Amino acid sequence: MSTTVLEGKNIVRDYHIGGGLFTGPRTVHAVKGVSFTVDKGKTLAIVGESGCGKSTLARIITLIDPATSGELFIDGNKVDIARGGLTKEMRRKVQIVFQNPYGSLNPRQKIGDVLGEPLLINTDKPAAERRDLAMKMLKKVGLGHEHYNRYPHMFSGGQRQRIAIARALMLNPSLLVLDEPVSALDLSVQAQVLNLLADLQDEFQLTYVFISHDLSVVRYIADDVMVMYFGEAVEYGSRDEVFSDPKHSYTRTLFAATPRADVASIKARLAKKAA
Amino acid sequence: MSLLEIKNLTVSFDTAAGPFMAVQGIDLSIEPREVLAIVGESGSGKSVAMLAVMGLLPNTATVKADRMAFDGVDLLKLSPSERRKIVGKDISMIFQEPIASLNPCFTVGFQIEEVLRFHMGMDRAQRRARAIELMKLVGIADPEERLSSFPHQMSGGQCQRVMIAIAIACNPKLLIADEPTTALDVTIQKQILDLLVSLQAKYGMGLIMITHNMGVVAETADRVIVQYKGRKMEEADVLSLFESPKSNYTRALLSALPENAVGDRLPTVSDMLFEPAPSAAGASA
Repeated sequence: MSTTVLEGKNIVRDYHIGGGLFTGPRTVHAVKGVSFTVDKGKTLAIVGESGCGKSTLARIITLIDPATSGELFIDGNKVDIARGGLTKEMRRKVQIVFQNPYGSLNPRQKIGDVLGEPLLINTDKPAAERRDLAMKMLKKVGLGHEHYNRYPHMFSGGQRQRIAIARALMLNPSLLVLDEPVSALDLSVQAQVLNLLADLQDEFQLTYVFISHDLSVVRYIADDVMVMYFGEAVEYGSRDEVFSDPKHSYTRTLFAATPRADVASIKARLAKKAA
Repeated sequence: MSLLEIKNLTVSFDTAAGPFMAVQGIDLSIEPREVLAIVGESGSGKSVAMLAVMGLLPNTATVKADRMAFDGVDLLKLSPSERRKIVGKDISMIFQEPIASLNPCFTVGFQIEEVLRFHMGMDRAQRRARAIELMKLVGIADPEERLSSFPHQMSGGQCQRVMIAIAIACNPKLLIADEPTTALDVTIQKQILDLLVSLQAKYGMGLIMITHNMGVVAETADRVIVQYKGRKMEEADVLSLFESPKSNYTRALLSALPENAVGDRLPTVSDMLFEPAPSAAGASA
């Protein structure tokens, strides 16, 4: 039996932009009533172009921003950070990995401290134990003990993304939000990081919310897919449903715009060009 | 005669740890009306090789080549001022970050007209007419109005269209596009690629696409060069590259594409390359 880790019901997020001297205040509807459920050990991919509200939704799921209205359940418990605040226990359950591994690590903090900090803030484990756990996590994400005392600038983009993933996993979260985790990486490094994510998911039964605009990556990693367009979920279903039979015209536009790298479509293009 | 012909190009940078070889003996040629794609990961020297052609490298770089000729003119023998007359006019380049490569202090109209003034010596009215024509050509609505917009008032896709307008302003013979769509959304990427390819066909330009995206290569190129760590791994026409890649590195790259995944793990490039610095031995020239 599968348990639902994350459930959102009709989530809305409005941003109020205060008026200036000559302009009145406006409201931006960033997310307009989105519902979803993700089961334990599964991956929900959220696809859409910039400005469609996918990162806003990620912030709501990660409990960084409160939703304007709607209900969010994590592990069956209703969470509302606008009221009631946020306990350390809730903070532990949801973690996020950001897009740009160059920007999301503090350049003055050694990797060991990067990994130890979530434990320092959220638990009362002694220093020796924090160090042990950080060492273990380095191994898990394919780095070594010798990396413990190094600074972020000494690592490549792919290694930094591994560190960001390691930091997110330090508190044993049940839900990991991945905001475009591989779009800044090269193709071969992207493959390594995707494999790492798949390995970790198997090992810890992690649940992923994977945000991306790259449909080929989504097709590879997702169980369910949600396509967002101007704050609305225009398409939501299992991966095979969405990819084999897209219902909404925007989804079809998105598929048509994705460059295809198979031999048949190259032949078709060359034939069209010769004609 | 080839439009651009490069023989044995090496570029090295002086660093504290001694010279760093970014490009190591690349041969490259492109015919008029051809679309050539240069593919490689970051650090493969694909951008540096083209910047060397443009003469845009910083002076810590040493550029050596047996031959570097554009349209029969030897670029290595030209004085900087002679070279500037070619660069931007007959060879032009589009960069990756459209918003960062436009000057935020000037209107896009001024930036388009600047090229026309410098290279074509047009007067004010001619320049304005040509700028409007170019804006229409790259598909910007209300060109008369938009000429007085600043880059921050336009979206990323529109800024890239302005960059393309600047690049094709003087009817170049060769257009070099360095990752022109990496910073853009998929739907916008499609529009920009279609625009580049249609302009290339319409004006008979040579087009060099520098990219790391195999999908972009498959959608645009006639011929492909695969680079890795400053060396050429393989050169082939686009169909045979995807159908029967010759070098191990190309095979590794293609199998790392998520859409080619078999089973639940992706093969990675390091699985396939056992030697740390592969030679071009696997590739037949």
